[in-house]
Amino acid sequence: MAQLVDHLWLIPALPLLAAAVGAVTPRRGRRLAAGAAIAAMVGSLAVSGCALHRALAVPAAHLTSNFSWFDLGFGAVRLGWLLDPLTALMCFMVCFVGLLIFIFSLDYMKEDENFTRFFCFLSLFAAAMLGVVVANSLLQLFISWELVGLASYLLIGFWFHRPAAAAAAKKAFLTTRIGDLGLLVGLVWLYDATGTLLLYDGGHGVLEAHALAGVAAPALAGGLAVSTAIGLLIFCGAAGKSGQFPLHVWLPDAMEGPTPVSALIHAATMVAAGVFLIARIFPLMTADQVLTAVPIHALTVVAGVGAITALLGAVCAVAQHDLKRVLAYSTISQLGYMMLALGVGSWVAAIFHLLTHAFFKALLFLGAGSVIQAAHHEQDIRRLGGLRGPMRTTFATFAIGMMALAGVPFLFSGFWSKEEILHAASEWNVSHLPLYAALAGVILTAFYMTRLLCEVFGGAARTPEAAHAREGSAVITVPLIALAVGAVGLGFLGTPAWPWLQSRLTGAEIPSRSVLEGGGLMALSIVLIAIGLGAGWALYGRRARTTAAAPDPIAAAAPRLFSFLGAGMRFDAFYAATVGRLNGWAAGLADFLDRRIWDAAIRLLARLGEGTGAANSAADRAGLNGGFDAVSARIRGTGRAYSRAQTGEAHGYLRTLAVGFVLIALFALLVGRR
Amino acid sequence: MNPLQLSLGFSSILFAVGLTAALARSNSILVLLGLELMLNAANLNFIAFWRYGPAPEAATGVVFVLFAIAVTAAETAVGLALVIAIYRHQHNVRLAEATSLKG
Repeated sequence: MAQLVDHLWLIPALPLLAAAVGAVTPRRGRRLAAGAAIAAMVGSLAVSGCALHRALAVPAAHLTSNFSWFDLGFGAVRLGWLLDPLTALMCFMVCFVGLLIFIFSLDYMKEDENFTRFFCFLSLFAAAMLGVVVANSLLQLFISWELVGLASYLLIGFWFHRPAAAAAAKKAFLTTRIGDLGLLVGLVWLYDATGTLLLYDGGHGVLEAHALAGVAAPALAGGLAVSTAIGLLIFCGAAGKSGQFPLHVWLPDAMEGPTPVSALIHAATMVAAGVFLIARIFPLMTADQVLTAVPIHALTVVAGVGAITALLGAVCAVAQHDLKRVLAYSTISQLGYMMLALGVGSWVAAIFHLLTHAFFKALLFLGAGSVIQAAHHEQDIRRLGGLRGPMRTTFATFAIGMMALAGVPFLFSGFWSKEEILHAASEWNVSHLPLYAALAGVILTAFYMTRLLCEVFGGAARTPEAAHAREGSAVITVPLIALAVGAVGLGFLGTPAWPWLQSRLTGAEIPSRSVLEGGGLMALSIVLIAIGLGAGWALYGRRARTTAAAPDPIAAAAPRLFSFLGAGMRFDAFYAATVGRLNGWAAGLADFLDRRIWDAAIRLLARLGEGTGAANSAADRAGLNGGFDAVSARIRGTGRAYSRAQTGEAHGYLRTLAVGFVLIALFALLVGRR
Repeated sequence: MNPLQLSLGFSSILFAVGLTAALARSNSILVLLGLELMLNAANLNFIAFWRYGPAPEAATGVVFVLFAIAVTAAETAVGLALVIAIYRHQHNVRLAEATSLKG
């Protein structure tokens, strides 16, 4: 098993193969495409399981398998595979959740004529995501990272005939590209500073002490450390991919994609890539912590952005009417929590929350997919209602997911992972503002999830679509149940009393502490959750909405605030008015320069060239041609004159000869005499 | 007037008569006769310069003249053949009318 790391490439390669199969399968080959995709995921899951087993046996080791990709003049570009508990857990999670979502898609997409294409894209996405996870080189990670972006673009725009979906795909692609630019610059800088992009390389990798000591010097203007600048640039990429403020605007729009895509990409895995990236390069992010005189640490920014995002996402989620957009904003909020945990220094808490969130958010999205399919693609929560009766399994599993997300105490995984984050935030010695933002987010999360559950499943059916909704087949419900089990059970891997996950991830034994230690904070958060749940029940559960047109209780009280939040705090309008307008001006300026300045210069050059050409041609005609013509005419004239002498008369010739002879004789006489 | 000068004067007159005949007559045969006279004037000069020159013992002048006569005979034969060809073509031997080489 020691060589397992050499075969780690199998994990991304299998889905990639399935994607290739899917790409060449004709439309009618549904079984082949879906079968290949699911078989590949099962295979990857098996390899991931072995890898997990191996990694947990020696949690502190970073097993690597590096190889040269190609040689350059000054060295070789090296890539590699990395196996440690973080990689193994991520792989296992992505494969497991992915497999369940693939199975769910079998039924959800069964009426779509591009079924094979869908599975091809899903496999491509899984391959790219697993490529990010197993990469031991930041270059390799970046390649996979961009492939993830591509797969996301393809899948959001899967129903590209809908203008909204096409626009959302474009928006997601461009917005994440802004962050990726930062990531790329960060990588180039890092390569320049350390000479390698390998993460672990037997003491020479960028995450190992030698390289870290080199970049942790306060060498930049203002006493900023190089590692801070590089860390922040890389964080740009992570912020774009993970939907962090201010690049979060693409994530709600990405809900235009098919629901399994939302579950897989925009909830469970892809958006977690940013969090994973920061956790992966955590030694680099903390390299500047040893310096006390620097103006800012990279992680302080991460914590601040995370706190803002956590609160902002939660606030906006309160005022959404679209079932999937509520979940999208809640995803933004939860990703903010993860970034917050990274920022305050507890990457373990972030990964714990990432894993639990993957399960319960995938569960919620698949539950939403089940509802949407049953209600004939009705997504507006005002037009649903009363589904708890006809859709019992969906209701039960969705409720478990909702409680896990809201952080209902003790039984649900979200509670434990969120407690870890709150605990870490309370111990952060820089500021307690992120803690307060996170606590406010806790109330809001409980509140909006209660609202969602009550609106969708409570009361009576408000439209014919909702009234006719029926539970789907086992293909729909079995993944829901499996994810629900995970959403409950996963939390117990990392409780304070038995911090198994934490000690496995760090490779060091973490002493268990009593649940009651720091119990004040836990009690506070339980009270806050209770307030959120209670408020949600009071506003939406006790007197359920009766008609689809009835106003929302909050909208009735504060309509302007509600519509402001409903539009996502008008970030889109704000960006359109600032960045968009600036871009428009820049484009106008470029257009002006292009048309008036560059074009004129080029036209001038063209005129010059034309003039030179004309002059050349004239000189050619008049000078050269004329000269030759004149010479030829003269030769012709001479020839004519000579030919006139050729009369053919022998007497003439004889006469000329005689005269010539006489002349020569006279000449000889006259000259010869001297 | 010594004999050489008399000989040269005679050959000059003979040459002038031959030239006049060659230029003035229109009959091709008479033009050829004129040419013969001019050539014989030249032959006469050879003989004269040999006979009254510094070395009259060697027969150089006679040999020269014999060669010239042989060449002239051949030339005259070609000339007469041409005259016959012209006559066959245009049924007279007027030199002024034989201006074209094309048959």
